Amino acid sequence: MSTVLEKFKKYRKPGYYDKFDYHWTMSIDLDRCTGCEACVVACQAENNLPIVGEQQFAMRREMKWIRIERYWEGEYPNIKLQFIPMLCQQCDQAPCEIACPVFATYHNQDGLNTQVYNRCIGTRTCAVYCPYEVRFFNWFTYEWDEPLEQQLNPDVTVREKGVMEKCTFCIQRIRQAKDAAKDDGRRRVRDGEVTPACVQSCPTEAMVFGDLNDPDSRVSKMARNPRGYHVLEELNTTPSIVYLKRVHTDG
Amino acid sequence: MADYIEPTYAEVNKDVLRAMMETGPKYWATLGTSITVAAVCFFIPWFYQLEVGVGAAGMNRSAVWGTYLSNFIFWIGLSHSGTLLSAVLHITNSSWRKAIYRSAEAMTLFSLITAALFVMVHLGRVWFVHWTIPVPNQMGLWPNFRSPLMFDVMAIATYLTASSIFIYMGSVPDFAAVRDASSGLRRKLYTIFSFGWRGTAREWHTLGWAYTFFAVLVIPLAVSVHSIVSWDFAMSLVPGLHHTVFAPYFVTGAIFSGTAGIVTVMFLLRKYMNFERYIREIHLVNLGKLLVLLSLIWTYINIMEVFTTWFSGSSYELEALEWRLTGFYAPMFWEMILFCAVVPLLILFKRIRTSWKSMLIISILINIGMISERFIIVATSQPRKFLPNAFGFYFPSIVEISITIGSFAVFTTLFLIFVKWVPAVSLYEVKETLKPLRRSS
Repeated sequence: MSTVLEKFKKYRKPGYYDKFDYHWTMSIDLDRCTGCEACVVACQAENNLPIVGEQQFAMRREMKWIRIERYWEGEYPNIKLQFIPMLCQQCDQAPCEIACPVFATYHNQDGLNTQVYNRCIGTRTCAVYCPYEVRFFNWFTYEWDEPLEQQLNPDVTVREKGVMEKCTFCIQRIRQAKDAAKDDGRRRVRDGEVTPACVQSCPTEAMVFGDLNDPDSRVSKMARNPRGYHVLEELNTTPSIVYLKRVHTDG
Repeated sequence: MADYIEPTYAEVNKDVLRAMMETGPKYWATLGTSITVAAVCFFIPWFYQLEVGVGAAGMNRSAVWGTYLSNFIFWIGLSHSGTLLSAVLHITNSSWRKAIYRSAEAMTLFSLITAALFVMVHLGRVWFVHWTIPVPNQMGLWPNFRSPLMFDVMAIATYLTASSIFIYMGSVPDFAAVRDASSGLRRKLYTIFSFGWRGTAREWHTLGWAYTFFAVLVIPLAVSVHSIVSWDFAMSLVPGLHHTVFAPYFVTGAIFSGTAGIVTVMFLLRKYMNFERYIREIHLVNLGKLLVLLSLIWTYINIMEVFTTWFSGSSYELEALEWRLTGFYAPMFWEMILFCAVVPLLILFKRIRTSWKSMLIISILINIGMISERFIIVATSQPRKFLPNAFGFYFPSIVEISITIGSFAVFTTLFLIFVKWVPAVSLYEVKETLKPLRRSS
């Protein structure tokens, strides 16, 4: 009986793993974010995101794996503008993962919430279940006009109509770093060896990426910052992205 | 009715089989129209959508589910009354069910098929839909049994299988009656359909036993199917969907809309297939009473849904509720309340309850209200989730509207084909209700 219970508990764990090999985490310091959207452009270039065009954009079908959410606080003239970069939170208790009938989205050994495009049948349930609205559906097969198709990233799949996609934490870069670490005879990737496109492009270094399992990594230190919080923490999705609260000089 | 004369056994056979075997130009015209509408409004837009992608529909980010899914719930709901009602009434020995249960069960079957079609229409890559079926494969991939959608696939497949067997089994003696009354190819076909039914005591005994067994089996299935459909929604975190009341809410709504659907179908069968002697006022009155009861339960659950949302004090829930009650789709919400909570109360008046025309209108209004309910569930919850930045709006595109209209034609086509293949009123069970005195007259 107890073994059955143990098995069940193990089954309940995200991704069936007792412990992640890596626990890729990102911290975003909102005090440093200027809302320049360099990350948005970098992500678009790195991950072969289609440009959907004006009409589709107006229909809210744009593809932005990372977006800068703008919130205005207060009334004019005492008005404040807040930015929150919003991307897939790679939740450990991801609502999207239980929803997929075919395991097109699942938790992998690195603590990543992965999306398998080839497996996706397009029920779009994951996007409904996602509280952060960071899943994007390919309403059409998008095409790149010449010569734009020349700049597509060869390391990343171009998605066809009818599949869901979302931020992968630039899994192609994580793979490369892990391969390089293996080739060097090291077992683990060193801190700072992996930088997703958005982190790399951030001019104010508001974003830090790394392994939370390593207590000395930069991101672990950031995550211990008293300013740290998770967006929509009350939903118990245990996101992997730590936001550092903005400090207002006027209290 | 005072002037009602009970038919004899021979007349039952004659009336029902005539409706089945004699096909006039009116029938062909109706069938032709419905096939054309199904092709033009349902299949052509669907093929267009398959070609270009689901973007042909009006869905967008934050409202990635749309009319297809709301229609799916509607059709699943419509399927509920038939088998469920037939089974419950069979177990409780309500003899008035006997004239209407066959067409009610057919309604179940065909609305389930229409609902399944809507799943296909909804999917982004429908050509891989078989991946949801747990078949051992070379890739070693298995569907996700934690997913409510997976429960859905299982539940609907089981329900469809059970309902098909249920309706077929109940029709075997009638197939034999058709066989005996026909000749040529039709006779050969119905010999096969009737499994060589001879009408011996042993056969009747086995049929009665098996039929009751299936009736008992089907009831929990029907309840589970719509509960599971509701979990597709309730198991999400989305405000406005994440309610524990959703399973009974959906089941009640389903039986409600299904019963209304039966009233509509009964009216049409009576009018166009001359079944006045079999489908009578007692059916109308009994179904009317059931409609009032279901309407009251439905209203209660609706009040509870609003109350618990308000009582939770959760800002997300309140925001979603406010948008539902006062936002763009508010007129639709109040129309639903009017049609499903207020209008059915008119059935309490005897004059309305016993009039076929007024009941037809009420039954259609109820189903309009139920379609709206499903649409509201889908269209007003997702655009108001958690992050205000992602608040959106959903309005169906022309393709979606066309497919929605076309689905009714698909259903009608299937039903029209059905009435020419299976006796739409159960011959042997109607005979059971007749007075033994008139047997030999």
